[in-house]
Amino acid sequence: MTPREKAALQRIGPLLALLAVCLALSVASRDFLTVGNLFNVMRQVSINALIAFGMTLVILLGGIDLSVGSILALSSVLVAMLLKGGHDPARATLLGIAAGAFMGFLNGLVVAKGKVAPFIGTLGMVTMLRGFALVLSNGSPITGFSSDFFSVLGNGYVAGQIPVPVVWMLAMFALFWFTLRKTVFGRHVYATGGNAEAAKLSGVETDRIQILVYTISGAMAAMAGIILTSRLNSAQPTAGVGYELDAIAAVVLGGTSLSGGRGWISGTLIGALLIGVLNNGLNLLGVSSFYQQVIKGAVILLAVLLDRAGKK
Amino acid sequence: MPLQVTMKGINKAFGPVHVLEGVDFTISGGEIHALVGENGAGKSTLMKILSGVYSADAGTILVDGRPVSIRSTRDAEAAGIAIIHQELNLIPQLSVAENLFLGREPRRFGVLDGARMRAETARWLEKVDASHIEPTQEAGTLSIGQQQLVEIAKALSRNARVLIMDEPTAALSDREIDNLFRIMAELKERGVAIVYVSHRMEEIFKVCDKASVLRDGHFIGERRVADTSFDEIVKLMVGRELGERFPSRKVELGAVRLEVDDLADDKHIKGIHFEVHAGEVLGVAGLMGAGRSRILNTLFGVNRKTAGRIVLDGAPLENDRPSEAIAAGIAFVTEDRKSQGLVMGMSVRENATLVHLRKFAHAGIVDARAEAAAVKALIDELSIRTRDAELEVKSLSGGNQQKVVFAKWLAEPPKVLLLDEPTRGVDVGGKAEIYHIINKLAAAGTAIVMVSSELPEILAMSDRILVMHEGQQAAIFEAKHTSQEQILTAATGGN
Repeated sequence: MTPREKAALQRIGPLLALLAVCLALSVASRDFLTVGNLFNVMRQVSINALIAFGMTLVILLGGIDLSVGSILALSSVLVAMLLKGGHDPARATLLGIAAGAFMGFLNGLVVAKGKVAPFIGTLGMVTMLRGFALVLSNGSPITGFSSDFFSVLGNGYVAGQIPVPVVWMLAMFALFWFTLRKTVFGRHVYATGGNAEAAKLSGVETDRIQILVYTISGAMAAMAGIILTSRLNSAQPTAGVGYELDAIAAVVLGGTSLSGGRGWISGTLIGALLIGVLNNGLNLLGVSSFYQQVIKGAVILLAVLLDRAGKK
Repeated sequence: MPLQVTMKGINKAFGPVHVLEGVDFTISGGEIHALVGENGAGKSTLMKILSGVYSADAGTILVDGRPVSIRSTRDAEAAGIAIIHQELNLIPQLSVAENLFLGREPRRFGVLDGARMRAETARWLEKVDASHIEPTQEAGTLSIGQQQLVEIAKALSRNARVLIMDEPTAALSDREIDNLFRIMAELKERGVAIVYVSHRMEEIFKVCDKASVLRDGHFIGERRVADTSFDEIVKLMVGRELGERFPSRKVELGAVRLEVDDLADDKHIKGIHFEVHAGEVLGVAGLMGAGRSRILNTLFGVNRKTAGRIVLDGAPLENDRPSEAIAAGIAFVTEDRKSQGLVMGMSVRENATLVHLRKFAHAGIVDARAEAAAVKALIDELSIRTRDAELEVKSLSGGNQQKVVFAKWLAEPPKVLLLDEPTRGVDVGGKAEIYHIINKLAAAGTAIVMVSSELPEILAMSDRILVMHEGQQAAIFEAKHTSQEQILTAATGGN
């Protein structure tokens, strides 16, 4: 096998796994392989996928962003307050995303300029931002938005049956794919993650790249938060707990290396779909939610072990 | 009868590179024996074999005439051989006593016997005149000189009869050096054999009884220090003829491109002063740690300058970051390809365009066709041998990897090219090709500053040679009118 073929096989592995799980589920349950159900799965996946896209960039740098769940919650609360305060829903949405971006920017500063290990730096933000969300909302959900526009973001359909969150997800996927493959910024992300010192000595502004990437991760978490808030018609300060783990799982399932420098956004999409399909299929099969966790965890371990074996 | 350790016919290769070939080395108890040679001559490898860090591919080691098998540091310890590395190996968070007994802690009823550890530590420290060091003190709080004494005590406490010291004075103050020499003399009186690996000629002539010389992995000869001279040892060390290994070059110097005036950083270099003309190669020679690379790093904005002026094409240059140096037209082929030069997991193409990627992009979007064409041109120009520009750069040979490092900088012709050990780890054929590239760039009007530890290379490739000694500029020689001996003398602080 040439190195190129080997790399191609490695990249196709997650896709094969996804197809295998889909095939198994279509045999096991008649309800799985229907257009309605598949769009349903994708809608459920969209929130995790959006967070995971941002997380992919962070992990490509060799970093980690544990704060996405808290950013999601705080942005949601902020947007809900703006809506309740009578702001234009489009503006509230954009401001919410900007707020998430700002929180990510702070992460980036801590990591790039403060030279704090990403695990620790973002861990601090987990608690702090969650605290702000609780303070601002007084600890209780903010519910009941009258705006149709805002409701469409999470509940609407395009062309009759494609859920709006799925459109968001696919659009963001296309944007991330293009950015990583075709832009100077994307190349610099890979180079910084692959060898930060060599990148810096080649004139790459590695600090700037780091800050920008955490900013993007924050914006993506906020975007996911807005969709969640719209779907539930409610912003919950306790939302998003543990979401960082699902996002990291999607990234790793997609074949992106935790040590940085190597990975694919398409892998992340497939990883997120794989997790979503498993959830959905196990639900359809009536597996208890306790066992679902056991199975999901086992699948993630298995996938990563297979990936390691393939690299040798 | 004193102890005698003999190494005979030692061979060692790393991959295709033969580092030692048929090397003999003998040391007896009660002598201090210098092991000298240029960087890369094989001194460290030979001593790592004697101390069990590496195993020899061929050859025998005899202790008092009996062959011993040394396959690990444990074997070496059993044979009474200990090495004190240049980077000291104490664990800074542990106490002196804990370090001394690491791995063989005395126990009483299954728990550590702290009292005995401390008492015995004190006894060993006394033997190296270091009773001022407390056994309970954290090793990390000691000065380098004190840590070295602890290392020596540790070796003695393990019954070492052969003590290998690798550049032991490199980080010591003058007083600490005197103290160390006194203790070495005492150990010698007690019948310990000491191998002294050092670049510092004056020290060798001060404390050593014998000197063995290695060159290019071969044993060249052994001399009694009393019967030899500084000049003879240096001649033995360098001794090879410059053949056709270096392509000739017609020098046509242009205007001054780079001026460096009284350059200094916080502690490693000071008073650096030189100029380089268009088309000129300025070699920078000196021993390891003399500040050669620091000069390049400071010019490139990696190392902060605290004083002095850098002028490029008549305009003063303030660069705090590599990106600013690059924008000003400075290129930097770094010393260590793996950690500083290349992103090993990326392709040849991606590495080759890393520096000047924006040249092939519009509004931040890379024009894949323009990039591929430029990479193809660079591959042809530098004759980089790779089946495919999409291959990961780590699959290439050392010489071809180094050419990719050059390619990074050549998408846009640089005004000044900084080279740090440009042919390290490159085979002979690859070296010649890299020399051609350097000459071609000089001919195109680039001003080149080249740091190299290989004296023949620096003599043949440079127009002038700046010699560094302990962070200061010792001399600048015209390459045509100097010799390896003269450079080495200046580099070791002689006159």
